[in-house]
Amino acid sequence: MNSSMFLYYFDLGLRSLRRNIVLTALLIVAIGVGVGTSMTTLTVFRAMSGDPIPEKSRQLFTPQIDSRGPLVPPAPTADHLQTSMTYTDAMALMKARSARRQTAMYGTLLSVHPADPKQKPFQALAHAVYADFFPMFDVPFKYGAPWTVADDDDRAATVVLTQVMNDRVFGGRNSVGKTLRLGADTYTVAGVLDEWRFIPVVYDLDRTSFAGRDEIFLPFTRAIDKQMGVVGSVSCMQDLQTGFAPLLRSECLWLGFWVELHGDADVRQYRAYLNNYAADQQHAGRFHWPPHTQLRDVREWLNYRHVVPGEIDILMLVSFGFLLVCLLNAMGLLLAKVMGRAGDIGVRRALGASRGAIFSQCLVETGVIGLAGGLLGLVLTAIGLFAARALLPKEFVALTHLDVIDVVIALLLALGSTVMAGLYPTWRAANVQLTWQLKAQ
Amino acid sequence: MIAVQMAVTVAILCNCLFISQQRLVRSHSPSGTDEPNIFVIANQWVVEPGDLPSRVTEDLVALRSLTEVVDAYATNSYPLSNSGTNDGISLQPNQKHSTTTAALYYGDEHALHTLGLTLVAGRNFNADEIIDQGENGQPQPAGVIVTRTLADKLYPRGNALGRTLFMTSESATTRIVGIVERLQIPWVGGGPSFDAILDNSVLVPYRPIWQSSYYVVRARSGQLPATMKAAQKQLTDISRERVIEKVQPLLDARIEAHRNNRGFAVFLSVVCAVLLVVTAFGIVGLTSYWVAQRRRQIGIRRALGATRSGIVRYFQTENLLIAAAAAATGAALANALNLLMVGSFEMARLPIGYTVAGAVAVLLLGQLATLWPALRAASIPPAIAARGA
Repeated sequence: MNSSMFLYYFDLGLRSLRRNIVLTALLIVAIGVGVGTSMTTLTVFRAMSGDPIPEKSRQLFTPQIDSRGPLVPPAPTADHLQTSMTYTDAMALMKARSARRQTAMYGTLLSVHPADPKQKPFQALAHAVYADFFPMFDVPFKYGAPWTVADDDDRAATVVLTQVMNDRVFGGRNSVGKTLRLGADTYTVAGVLDEWRFIPVVYDLDRTSFAGRDEIFLPFTRAIDKQMGVVGSVSCMQDLQTGFAPLLRSECLWLGFWVELHGDADVRQYRAYLNNYAADQQHAGRFHWPPHTQLRDVREWLNYRHVVPGEIDILMLVSFGFLLVCLLNAMGLLLAKVMGRAGDIGVRRALGASRGAIFSQCLVETGVIGLAGGLLGLVLTAIGLFAARALLPKEFVALTHLDVIDVVIALLLALGSTVMAGLYPTWRAANVQLTWQLKAQ
Repeated sequence: MIAVQMAVTVAILCNCLFISQQRLVRSHSPSGTDEPNIFVIANQWVVEPGDLPSRVTEDLVALRSLTEVVDAYATNSYPLSNSGTNDGISLQPNQKHSTTTAALYYGDEHALHTLGLTLVAGRNFNADEIIDQGENGQPQPAGVIVTRTLADKLYPRGNALGRTLFMTSESATTRIVGIVERLQIPWVGGGPSFDAILDNSVLVPYRPIWQSSYYVVRARSGQLPATMKAAQKQLTDISRERVIEKVQPLLDARIEAHRNNRGFAVFLSVVCAVLLVVTAFGIVGLTSYWVAQRRRQIGIRRALGATRSGIVRYFQTENLLIAAAAAATGAALANALNLLMVGSFEMARLPIGYTVAGAVAVLLLGQLATLWPALRAASIPPAIAARGA
């Protein structure tokens, strides 16, 4: 089929579409709605389960150590390993320095007392981390830089603020070196972050029920020193004596731990180290079971933790079912449309058009409908995402914008599915009985 | 074509309606407390820990002295907050798998009255039973108050009062000194695993003397806004060395806690509505096509004496037969789909009522959608037969 024939078919197609405008409209709406819902849920799905740091996700790992043993109810994970760590284990790992970079971490709550007397004090979520955290997760800085390893050792009173926090407290100015009262103490600002899109927050997945994100980062050692309470999941088995010091000594699980490893050799070596550590604990009598450890990178961790809530999976299922119904609809309508012109087709076949020609022409027509449906679908997706944003947690909002890839996917989906729906009707059209049609006039 | 479409529509409709209804039910489940009159103050101290016991006591005394306040207490968590402590509850010490799980609410002897809980057996805590839970170890509670649901789960034959239970985090025996009618766990946004323990709560006689805790306050009926303001002012008058992060009525907490549930239910309902519309249009379109194809036939029948209503009935019946077959297939499909989701998504089984409702709905929809083309068919004049066109 050369270009002039294509244009001719295109013209024929447009004319036939116009002839039965109602049917055409119904078709385009059916496809548009189907594509719209599917794309909306697909975008939300991708927003919630995507890789937050694709360029480094294969180099960032989180270790797991079985510090509870088989005689307790197993953790609700696939391999029954717990998802956080005890203080004892975390400190042992930090001391051993078996990875290129490493950080233990936990979340806490700080009361912020802005210097401006017009501003009331407020609470802010904070994350206690080591200096390595920032280069590990490629955290972008607008002003200043992370605190140093020496600050970690000194338990220094220093903080890194997010852009939002800096805007709120310092009016967005360069606040490096300035001081800020947090709780009962004064802290020096070491750096201010730039806009940092990091979804899902792979290092802090337990915090889904708390609104908002971390607004302050401070040294882990400082937080421990000041006995800052844990905000997040703390899981204890026995006899918990309350208080921070007992928490550190206990077998309660509450810390996160992330390491950076480059290359298979590094990874193998770290796995071996973890196993040896667990074996040592067994020999020392702390663990009464064989070593059970695991090391997972970002993607494996997201998968393992079932980051995408069940609702989204159900939505995906429903919207693809919906798309199916819309396509069946389209198929039926296309059939009606095509057979309605059986007379036309009969004449054209009599005049010498081959089956293939009829087939191609109908296909082009179907394609046009598909594209139109796709465009409508895009509009509906935009509306759908707008509504979805009202229901999603704040962090995901930014990720639900359509980019070029999404647009292309939507159009291809519309085109592809319409053509598929149109195959049967088109085949029927091409096989229209010549003589019967001519006689029926 | 219509049959297949209707069948799939039935399958999707049944499941969506079911899920939607489940979510809505969950979002209306009662917490067991006097929600319209209760609010919560999130208080964080900025003082040295040594001072805390007297400060918390002072706060509570001051709050309770306000004329608009019915009662108040300090706690670790509250219903509809989606955060708190839970623990395994067992009947024997050191049981490998706990009998069940429950939420732990800390409270003093004012907690019952503040929350508006109804005691159905036993008694409230006495003032001397309350243990200040601070930085260092403290004695374990001798008695706790549990909800009726939890009591029945532990001691199904009744008479749970006075019986013992063991919490995983404590080593000593604890007795049930009181049973309340209902108190929901804080986690109401979660899935079926939380649904199973939704009313399993334990009131532990602890008063949290922490840097950060909640004050739950019950206002006099109809005076909530005024009381909220008065309470906040009272606290800031006592001391400015604190941050009051939020003062939230329980009704607001409910809206926030169930946002996901409601949003999901709404989305599914919208999808169902659009699905029905699309299917309806599809039926209209296809039936119109058939009418057009059979113009001559219809004309002949009219010429032979069929009435207009006869033609309409003909098309309606045709649709009914197709729809019935589709409905049956659709119902089977719906259940298959449901089983698939039960396996992967922790869903409940589809009750037969929904299958029937969905099938009937689509049937009726089909009949309604066929009506317009059928009427058009009925208006085809018998003269068409004569024209031989």
